[in-house]
Amino acid sequence: MSTTTELVTTSGVGRTRARARRGRWWAEVGWKYPVAILILCYAMFPLLFIVSASLDARGSLASSSQLFRSFDLGSYEALAGTHFWTWMGNTLYVGIASSLGAVIMGAAAAYAFSRFRFTGRRVGLTSLLVIQMFPQTVAFVAVFLMLLALGEVVPALGINSRIALICIYLGGALGANTFLMYGFFNSIPQDLDESAKIDGATHAQVFWRIIMPLVTPILAVVGLLAFISAFGDFILAKIVLTSEPNWTLAVGMYQWVSNQLTSRWGLFAAGAVVASFPVLVLFLSLQRYIVGGLTAGSVKG
Amino acid sequence: MTVPLSPSRPRGVSHARSWGTGGAGFLVKLALMALVNALGISIALSAWAAESWLILIATVALTISADIVYFSRRAVPMKYLFPGLSFLLIFQIFVFAYTGYVAFTNYGTGHAGSMDQAVDAALIHDERRVEGAESYPIAIVERDGELGFAIADGTEVRVGTADEPLARVSGATIGAGGSPDTVPGYQVIPRAEVLTDAALQREVVSLRVPVSGDAEDGSMRTREGSTATVYSSTLTWDDAAQTLTDSSTGTVYEPSDRGKFRSADGQELATGWYVGVGFENFIRAATDPDLRGPLTQVTVWTFAFAILSVVTAFGLGLLFALIYNDERVRGRAVLRTLFILPYAFPAFMSALLWRGMLNSEFGVINDLFFFGANINWLGDPWLAKIAILWVNLWLSYPYWFLVCTGALQALPRDTLEAATIDGAGRWRSFSSIILPQLLVATAPLAIASFAFNFNNFTIIFMLTEGGPAMGSGTNLGTTDILISAIYRISGIQGGSADYGLASALSIIVFIVIGIISAIALRQTRKLEEIS
Repeated sequence: MSTTTELVTTSGVGRTRARARRGRWWAEVGWKYPVAILILCYAMFPLLFIVSASLDARGSLASSSQLFRSFDLGSYEALAGTHFWTWMGNTLYVGIASSLGAVIMGAAAAYAFSRFRFTGRRVGLTSLLVIQMFPQTVAFVAVFLMLLALGEVVPALGINSRIALICIYLGGALGANTFLMYGFFNSIPQDLDESAKIDGATHAQVFWRIIMPLVTPILAVVGLLAFISAFGDFILAKIVLTSEPNWTLAVGMYQWVSNQLTSRWGLFAAGAVVASFPVLVLFLSLQRYIVGGLTAGSVKG
Repeated sequence: MTVPLSPSRPRGVSHARSWGTGGAGFLVKLALMALVNALGISIALSAWAAESWLILIATVALTISADIVYFSRRAVPMKYLFPGLSFLLIFQIFVFAYTGYVAFTNYGTGHAGSMDQAVDAALIHDERRVEGAESYPIAIVERDGELGFAIADGTEVRVGTADEPLARVSGATIGAGGSPDTVPGYQVIPRAEVLTDAALQREVVSLRVPVSGDAEDGSMRTREGSTATVYSSTLTWDDAAQTLTDSSTGTVYEPSDRGKFRSADGQELATGWYVGVGFENFIRAATDPDLRGPLTQVTVWTFAFAILSVVTAFGLGLLFALIYNDERVRGRAVLRTLFILPYAFPAFMSALLWRGMLNSEFGVINDLFFFGANINWLGDPWLAKIAILWVNLWLSYPYWFLVCTGALQALPRDTLEAATIDGAGRWRSFSSIILPQLLVATAPLAIASFAFNFNNFTIIFMLTEGGPAMGSGTNLGTTDILISAIYRISGIQGGSADYGLASALSIIVFIVIGIISAIALRQTRKLEEIS
């Protein structure tokens, strides 16, 4: 804030100059602070509100308008009496399994496209580019009918199976992630794996021991994006998972609020705080990498 | 060209088979392949048993190609692509193709399954009590939460559930009242409980236990929970003539080419199977007055929602990025982190949270910012649209803020400095230099964001569920976008289903997305050429 430094001078010229300088500072920089406060109000108010509502003793929507009036952990304790923790477990199970699978499949495909020259390589890359433009969610009717038919043969892959949901998410794994990883794999010099091969390493050894450690940053980004999109998916999860103990957070918490908005509000608030906290922390700490990944082509799901 | 065989291994021996270099890896592969084959064979066997030929063929084909890929020395790239590719084939490409197929059928309520299934359903649907049939004393039994009947036929006890036809059990005892007392493998529900529990009673009365695996033999039903009689269909199926005959009236129902059983005088049975109907679903969406008006409205709103969402969020994000991409502002890192908090908060929770906040009676928005007025944010067609755009803006401007900040920092400084020296003002240098360069970097993301919002089911459903209703003969709402309209029409959530029409609309959405993506690709190439 060097421009505001008070000039210790008694001359009128110095004073007007200081005033002019301060005026310029206000015009160019200073006004940005009050505006920032306005933006913060817009951005933060709902989040503060939900924290406040989760601490409200009565736990209903009607009573939660006054912010931070009480400090009561009753809503958090009440979560134990619901299926919340089961849903949390399901969400983690589905999210972690599908992001692990997405990472491994995407990395393997990106490796193949980046390191091998084979017939159908260009066609393969182009088709992936085209396929990834069409989101699976639009075809949910067919997904539902397919699972109905599949469930007749293999109950474990039918409607209401979490494994089936993971498989559906994995179906989109290749299209969404291959390009993200392909560019990154290309930036790793080929000399590395060639010299490893000359030293007698097998394909599998080159892939697992040499390439994978070098591409960890992109693996983390892809894994996290896949996890976030599974965490936030509602439509496929709602169609596939029909019984309450199998729901994910998105389906379960929707049910709470859509049925009895006013009475379950405290529960919802507490659940939202609990469930979003780790995501928030993870997101903010990995912010830079995620933005890199997001700008490379995918949008929040 | 990049795959020289290592000199330490004799040419022609695959590393996957050699024990020398990677014995452990080979064992892992063998174990995995054993698992894959075991899974494949068991799925194929149950598909055979269930007569699902498509699943059988797909499973056999996938298992065999997995074996070929992983046990041959060739096709190394395929070894890396195979897992992802097989999931892609089944859960994406097949799903797309199947959407296309269903779009040309009348699959839905009244037309489900094959003709055989429709015959069975018709026989069950039409069941009546058989005249003069004997009544059997029964006990209500339960196994794994499933109810069933245990029937005392003389000294013999037979037991069955809704899914399992009656079968003899040995070791059951018959009580003094003539009904079974204990049934091995099942738990007998005491009569008193059946009489007092109303929900259980309803379940018992609606329960039907097939007499045998053949639907024509009819089923056991009870009216009061203590005796059961055989109900059987008045319809009989003539396999040779492919007709159903109602024995009580003598009416003959013949299969029509619309997937229904039809009598000569035009009566139709409720259950049918699905058949191809050509472009009928598409034509219906465009011409049926009950659908055309609401669907047009939905389509217009879908475009408006997607375009406005991108434009407002991009504008606000860019504005903030321009303001705070200033080295003289202190604490920018902290500010940025706080600005993007809405983005890090999971989207479905944001929408539910705003749904509560915008509640007209108890919502904090009305209470704090509108002096307790009763503004019906989510119940008025226009206010609901504004609310949706507002919430979507809240949760997506941080994305554009981040993207634009990154893009601004990547802009070359020299052109900007040159412009300033040449006397360009703030606005001039923004509109002529910064914005065009920024658009090159962000246009593909804007297109992607448009496509995403075009199908943004979560925010619509969580916030308004498509409501308020349009009324007048449609179940669509004023804030429904195409994908939520498809969800409603499909009937997956309950009500009458129309998978055919829903799939036809999905196809239309696919075409729209395809056109947009194609334009987007060309447009981004053009922009890149300019720069």
